[in-house]
Amino acid sequence: MTALDTAFAATGLVAVVGGVLAVTTRHVVHAALWLVVALLGVAGSLLVLGAELVALVLVLVYVGAVVVLVLFALMLTRAPIGPDLEHRAGPWRTAGSAALGAAVAVLLGSVLLPLSGSAVERAGVTSTQVAGQIFGTWVWPFELLSLLLLVALVAALAVSRIPREAAP
Amino acid sequence: MIHLTGPYLLAAALVGLGAFGITVRRNAVLLLVGVELVLSGGLVLLVATQAAGGDRWAAGSVLPLFVITIAAAEVVVALAVILTAYRHRARIDLAEPSGEAP
Repeated sequence: MTALDTAFAATGLVAVVGGVLAVTTRHVVHAALWLVVALLGVAGSLLVLGAELVALVLVLVYVGAVVVLVLFALMLTRAPIGPDLEHRAGPWRTAGSAALGAAVAVLLGSVLLPLSGSAVERAGVTSTQVAGQIFGTWVWPFELLSLLLLVALVAALAVSRIPREAAP
Repeated sequence: MIHLTGPYLLAAALVGLGAFGITVRRNAVLLLVGVELVLSGGLVLLVATQAAGGDRWAAGSVLPLFVITIAAAEVVVALAVILTAYRHRARIDLAEPSGEAP
């Protein structure tokens, strides 16, 4: 165990605990707020792994924008204050989902863990290098992403303007 | 020096939690919480490849940025669809059989 391993264990624990509570809590607003905790834990893990730009963008875009959007959607769909009894999952559904989630985690873990090997020296990639690569090697995918964001914006507007009579 | 066991375990746990959340939730908005967890598991895995020094063209930092952007676009469209469905059906229960809407 090196210092980086210990730091990663701490942040990863925050991420996993936040994730468990986000998918199991009965309060719908609490689920979105626990997602914030899980994403902050993931951002901390990325910092420990040496990708500070990705960690900052994760906090800005996910915590700052996506979770706020989810909270807005919960309010617009009249989420109840207190436990959400209307959408309670039955015992069979919960058991099946738990089995599926455990199977996915065990499958991924059993594939990935033999690849881990011994400790490696953390490769430092500076933000200057990342910026140079984005506007060099990756410039066309980058431009395509701005087109994707524009299409998503127009599509969201078009979908939300469908009149009630046009429903099939 | 860092062991890659931690990142791999975290990625597997996050993807498993996300799969659990996607299948167990009946509220359509909370389905997206599970999707976010799956995507963050992918992010951890991509950045772990960079930390191991095995990537070219800074792909371990650039591809996560692309994934975050695509996820933001996906969430916007998904929430627009969910809100439109809520206006038409007044419910967002995913376990409801189709054809039962008023």
